[in-house]
Amino acid sequence: MVGTFAAIGVWGVLGYNNNSATPGFWSAVGLILIGLVVAVVASGTTALIVELVAYRPLRRRNAPPLAFLITAIGASLVISETFGVFTHRNQVGAPRLVPPKDLLVFGNTHIRILDVLIIGLALVMMFGLDRFVNQTRMGRGIRAVAQSPDNAALMGVNKNRVISLVFLIGGLMAGVAAVMYALKVGNARYDSGFTLGIEAFTAAVLGGIGNLRGALLGGLTLGLAENYGGELFGTQWQTVVAFILLVLVLMFRPTGILGEALGRARA
Amino acid sequence: MTTIDKPPVETPTAPATPQGPLGRFRQFTGSARRWWKDLPWWGRLIGNVVIFGLAALLPYAGQIPLIGPQIITTGIDWNSSLFVMTYYVLLALGLNVVVGYAGMLDLGYVGFFAIGAYTVALFTSSDSLFHMQWSWLAAVPFGFVISMIFGVILGWPTLRLRGDYLAIVTLGFAEIIRITANSTPNFLRGDRGFGSLPHPPGSWSDGTKIFGVRDAKPYFWLGLVAIVLVILAVRNLDRSRVGRSWLAIREDEEAAEIMGVRTVKYKLWAFAIGALVGGLGGVIFVGYQGFMNSSTFVLQFSILVLAAVVLGGSGNIPGAILGGALITYIPDRLRGISDPITHTDLYQWRFVLFGLLIIIVMIFRPQGLIPSRRRAMELKDRAREVAPQ
Repeated sequence: MVGTFAAIGVWGVLGYNNNSATPGFWSAVGLILIGLVVAVVASGTTALIVELVAYRPLRRRNAPPLAFLITAIGASLVISETFGVFTHRNQVGAPRLVPPKDLLVFGNTHIRILDVLIIGLALVMMFGLDRFVNQTRMGRGIRAVAQSPDNAALMGVNKNRVISLVFLIGGLMAGVAAVMYALKVGNARYDSGFTLGIEAFTAAVLGGIGNLRGALLGGLTLGLAENYGGELFGTQWQTVVAFILLVLVLMFRPTGILGEALGRARA
Repeated sequence: MTTIDKPPVETPTAPATPQGPLGRFRQFTGSARRWWKDLPWWGRLIGNVVIFGLAALLPYAGQIPLIGPQIITTGIDWNSSLFVMTYYVLLALGLNVVVGYAGMLDLGYVGFFAIGAYTVALFTSSDSLFHMQWSWLAAVPFGFVISMIFGVILGWPTLRLRGDYLAIVTLGFAEIIRITANSTPNFLRGDRGFGSLPHPPGSWSDGTKIFGVRDAKPYFWLGLVAIVLVILAVRNLDRSRVGRSWLAIREDEEAAEIMGVRTVKYKLWAFAIGALVGGLGGVIFVGYQGFMNSSTFVLQFSILVLAAVVLGGSGNIPGAILGGALITYIPDRLRGISDPITHTDLYQWRFVLFGLLIIIVMIFRPQGLIPSRRRAMELKDRAREVAPQ
């Protein structure tokens, strides 16, 4: 949400709002890149601040997991409501930077440039993250902390730095997603992040928490089920279909489709 | 016979001398707690009666000289704000059973509130598909029973789930109910909602109705009575075999199972009782409102109630009451105050301030404002365990 507003804001500063015409190819690429950088910096910074202000003091006191959930809710309230007050709870439109042209047509299916762009970016990000977590030294630190924070600390992993890093990565990825969201949906509202956050959480749970490939599979399954179910029963039942699928899957696999690779189920 | 070396008996270390105003305050609350515990049972009974008597006089709080006008809400009728507090307190008490006692994270508690409310609406409203138009009181037992049944229906498929997995499924449950209400225009009527819902029965000696439209005081008292009943029931359950089983499940489910606690049974009990109290909240809510639609039962509602439980002190009845009251009182109190910077109503900023408040409380008191004794000790233990940073 912060990322979306940041991107729309910087485009606005550069003179592009939801009324301006679609710019030429190179300026569109430039604008998207600038938007990406700004959004990533904004949401990454926000994530770091949230970690420092709301989580680190709790970790220092070894607070119960529920306390973390509550501060997370508090932080999300503060951020989204602050934007809500300043935007007077109205929608903010984004400029149309990518022309709505078809790239490929299969029968009735139109594949637009934007769709290809979004899927491509998502794939790049997922591949990169998978590599980062599973192959690099820092990624090993992340996995160690996830399994057992205290043992990781004993083995010389800087726990606080790893956790900050994880928040930063989460923020960066959310920033990229925010730009794609702004381009695709074309507007932003102070509460637009809330439902998305819930959906992301559902996808992660469906695939198995702490399992990147599970999250990917979960997100894909969820999206397919929602759209297929929406087609069958009507779009208003989309979410119902998704949640019933979630319950059915979890009844047989209580830790998600692929199970938990890291950590344990926290009670 | 060999003698076994007894481990040295740990002498209770003297509490650290209190330092500063905070330390003195802690000493004071500690001794107050002990004083309360050492009272004979009738002393505590009288104390409780006095506390609830004072609570029942809250609608007249505005008439206390000097501090009275500071307490009451300015932008909204004080009595209806008090009534809203009572059903939030009820919900916090019910959720406290599920989250605080049995340790199951429920993010969809508003679902039960909705079921209680919709059951009453279906039985009583003239807009209902069934055209039964019963009185409020006749529909109440059905509200309880049906929410309890739904509690078990939700509990059953989620028995194997823990933590985050349970949280998301309960959240989904509440969303399913809300969306069903939204998308069945003839059955649950979505946004159009149910109108002309009856109020609770009864009239004063001069023939005017007790539960009218203008005055929210009787509803507040009704809510207060419900709270007292729920407290008695929940407290007795907590001190019985059921409560001890919940405690065991919360601390370590596998260990509890091995020691012969029937975890399935008691987890379902926790869900059913939580659902019942949630339904009770919904039933009282409908009795006051006269109109309801699906927009009441949003997800944020569940989250707010969960925040109330954790803020007040999870697993403790006074904590749940305080938390439930605070989450409605603080935003309502902010109404009608103009903020000095932008000169808009401070009510605009209510959730920002509320969010900051819960972060601050969680940082300084992760155990909640009034934690249960046992929980506070556990947290002290945990704080000692923390690895050096």
